Amino acid sequence: MSDADFTLHEDARGRLQLRLADGRTFEGVVPVRAFPLGAPEEFIGLVANDGHEVLHIPRLADLPEPTRELLARHIRQREFVPRIEAIESCTAFATPTTWTVRTDRGRTELILKAEEDIRRLGQGRLLVTNSHGLHFEVADLAKLDATSRRILARFM
Amino acid sequence: MTARSQFSLVPALPVRWQAPAAAQIAPVETVRAWFETDLTADLLYARGLAVLTDARVLHLSEDGGVEDWKLSTELLLNHGEHGGVGTLELLRAGERVGQLRFTLAEDLGAKRFVAEFERLAAGGEPASESIEHCPVCATPLDPSQEECQVCAAQLHTPPSTWTLFRLWRFARPYRLQLSIGLVCTLASTFATLVPPYLTMPLMDEILIPFQNGTPIDQHRVMLYLCGLLGAALVAWVLGWARTFVLALVSERIGADLRTTTFNHLLSLSLEYFGGKRTGDLISRLGSESDRICVFLSLHALDFVTDVLVMLMTAAILFSINPWLALATLIPLPVIAWLIHIVREKLRTGFERLTRVWSEVTNVLSDTIPGIRVVKAFAQEEREGQRFFAANRYNLEQNDRLNRIWGLFTPTVTLLTEIGLLVVWAFGIYQVSQHEITVGVLTAFLAYIGRFYTRLDSMSRIVSVTQKAAAAAKRIFDILDHVSSVPEPANPTPLPQVRGHIELRNVGFRYGSRSVVRDITLDIQPGEMIGLVGQSGAGKSTLVNLMCRFYDVAEGAILLDGVDIRQLSIPAFRQNIGLVLQEPYMFFGTVADNIAYGKPNATRAEIIAAARAAHAHDFILRLPQGYDSLVGERGQQLSGGERQRLSIARALLIDPRILLLDEATSSVDTETEKEIQKALENLVRGRTTIAIAHRLSTLRKADRLVVLERGRIVEIGNHDELIEKNGAYARLYEAQARNQGEDDA
Repeated sequence: MSDADFTLHEDARGRLQLRLADGRTFEGVVPVRAFPLGAPEEFIGLVANDGHEVLHIPRLADLPEPTRELLARHIRQREFVPRIEAIESCTAFATPTTWTVRTDRGRTELILKAEEDIRRLGQGRLLVTNSHGLHFEVADLAKLDATSRRILARFM
Repeated sequence: MTARSQFSLVPALPVRWQAPAAAQIAPVETVRAWFETDLTADLLYARGLAVLTDARVLHLSEDGGVEDWKLSTELLLNHGEHGGVGTLELLRAGERVGQLRFTLAEDLGAKRFVAEFERLAAGGEPASESIEHCPVCATPLDPSQEECQVCAAQLHTPPSTWTLFRLWRFARPYRLQLSIGLVCTLASTFATLVPPYLTMPLMDEILIPFQNGTPIDQHRVMLYLCGLLGAALVAWVLGWARTFVLALVSERIGADLRTTTFNHLLSLSLEYFGGKRTGDLISRLGSESDRICVFLSLHALDFVTDVLVMLMTAAILFSINPWLALATLIPLPVIAWLIHIVREKLRTGFERLTRVWSEVTNVLSDTIPGIRVVKAFAQEEREGQRFFAANRYNLEQNDRLNRIWGLFTPTVTLLTEIGLLVVWAFGIYQVSQHEITVGVLTAFLAYIGRFYTRLDSMSRIVSVTQKAAAAAKRIFDILDHVSSVPEPANPTPLPQVRGHIELRNVGFRYGSRSVVRDITLDIQPGEMIGLVGQSGAGKSTLVNLMCRFYDVAEGAILLDGVDIRQLSIPAFRQNIGLVLQEPYMFFGTVADNIAYGKPNATRAEIIAAARAAHAHDFILRLPQGYDSLVGERGQQLSGGERQRLSIARALLIDPRILLLDEATSSVDTETEKEIQKALENLVRGRTTIAIAHRLSTLRKADRLVVLERGRIVEIGNHDELIEKNGAYARLYEAQARNQGEDDA
């Protein structure tokens, strides 16, 4: 797919407006990652209001600059996966437990309902789901500080 | 007007927002609603407060930032949610002028905020409906939620050991046996402490005088030896009695606990059973109650004995010689503490091992049921690899743990020896000073040996108690759960039911998701109603509401003019026949399964029902006819056969009201015709509500009710609706087209 195939704007409501080469336009398209964990920068679908994919972008990096930046910003706005930088404390070593965590989005508390809610993604990456279904990411288990690792080890 | 009075219509603000809000809101403004936000527009964690007054929407943030938007007819609020993040978009003339973001924890407040905003825009008065507030944290409660969402976070704390004391309710009936057991424990413990005491006179009065030249007094030796034997025998008998009585009691407590919990579980509403809870519930009833049992009969008993031994020994030691006793007991706390530390390390190791072990079993439970797929895709090697990897990880963790584990027993021994060393040293010193006799020292050494071995078993009690407390909590969770479909205190008697059903403004929510809204429908006795709509339109929910598996959140359902909530549940359900898409067959004979709703039915009645359900012929083809066993899920029967058995089951109880939930969806067209014939017998003369995916099966319905997103959009018979060319016509055409394609 070449960059001439479509144009992308932001409208007054802050939604994405897509115009395809054949002249069709779509308002309020939403970028969706096909592999949010495995390949976040690739395979991005632009989904129209009716839930159908109207355009598929194999690689974000192949897009020309203003478009890429616009799309990346929208994806960031849509996806909320705070990255855990440190686990400061936990209320108990048995689930359910409340962790106080420092994330790249600020400090917060998360309630871990069961040990199964910690998912290993390989290479030390972890995905932690809280009681509301919100995901938290641990980029690399080995890079956390000793306290965080000690707490995590009790649940894994 | 003070800041407080502006808030008179809404719940009080959290304390930290009261001052900042009062500073921003003019005295003439009336606050209509508020909610807390916990994210910034850039999705960073920060607290904020959104306030709706009669003049504007205001947002205060933690860092003192203030945004506001004047109310006008052009200002709109748009609520959205994605991936756990909620967004309130403020739009003015189609342009986004602001955005409030929050996690789902605040979603409920946000929804109320929007509702109030819309009411205000429509010129309405503030919500007069009394919104229930959580008594603890004053958050508005969702009517469909039984517990406060915010407080639920605080409930997510580990169980306290005190939970175990709640077991007293089950122990009460066995007070007498418990006291007997306790007396036996006391006596047997005391008996075990006699032999070391007797070593004292044996040493001082017999052995040492003998070494000094005095002949042995045989009579006294016999006396002491008999004393030793007697004490041992008494300890043996009492020990047996104690263990037996207490094990008896704890098994009964466990059994009572299980029965009570199971009966309570059966009375809970379907809401409780939603989701993937079956396995969890089975484990709670089975292994968790067993764990409590073992705790009571083994660990708690051991612990009590240990404490008794310690106290009695300490008392005896002090009565013999306070100084030596002090020297003996001083190292004790240190040793106890050291043992505790090692134990804790081991415990976490064992916990980790259990988790690793469950990974190994996961591979197994994943692969073996899916063996056909594994073989079909020739992936045996890959599954083998997966198992190998899980196994290797298990080995690694085992090796790590064994390093500490191997250390444990020698450590306890070492600590015991050190303790003995202290006693030896101080004892020899005291003997040399003629403060005590050799016999006293021997007795002390004999006592102390028993002492230290107890420390090890005592250190176990902490983790065992925690586990038992967790188990008790999980069981009491069930027992504390009040059914969301309560049995009325004074049920209205139900005479002969005619089958007139009336739905009045019925609404229902699953969690915060509204499934059915404002449904009003009058169903005459004997009428057949077909519910039509896409999946998720709320058809099954409506059927569940009519069965009273759930209670309506809004409105009411009336049977012959009486609210079904005023009727006794069993009496009401006796009048309802339910045929489901996936009929469930209990383990038992075909006849048992047909007679499930009427266990005392005669054989003739069963056969008549089976005949009417067109099931008689195939039942006769089964090897043992009506006495054939049907497997756990009716495995040996085909879908259509099971369906006809379940129709017979419904026919046998002869209900006035019949609910058919996709009764023919899981079978092929040919079988469907068979079932259709069976259903015709069933439907005759009864009020029937049928859901069917295939619209052709609803041709006979008197009226069709078309649902879309939880609301009724059309009512009428087939021909009327086709003529109307609306939602039903679209659905029908789409199906007819598919049908045509299939046939072609």
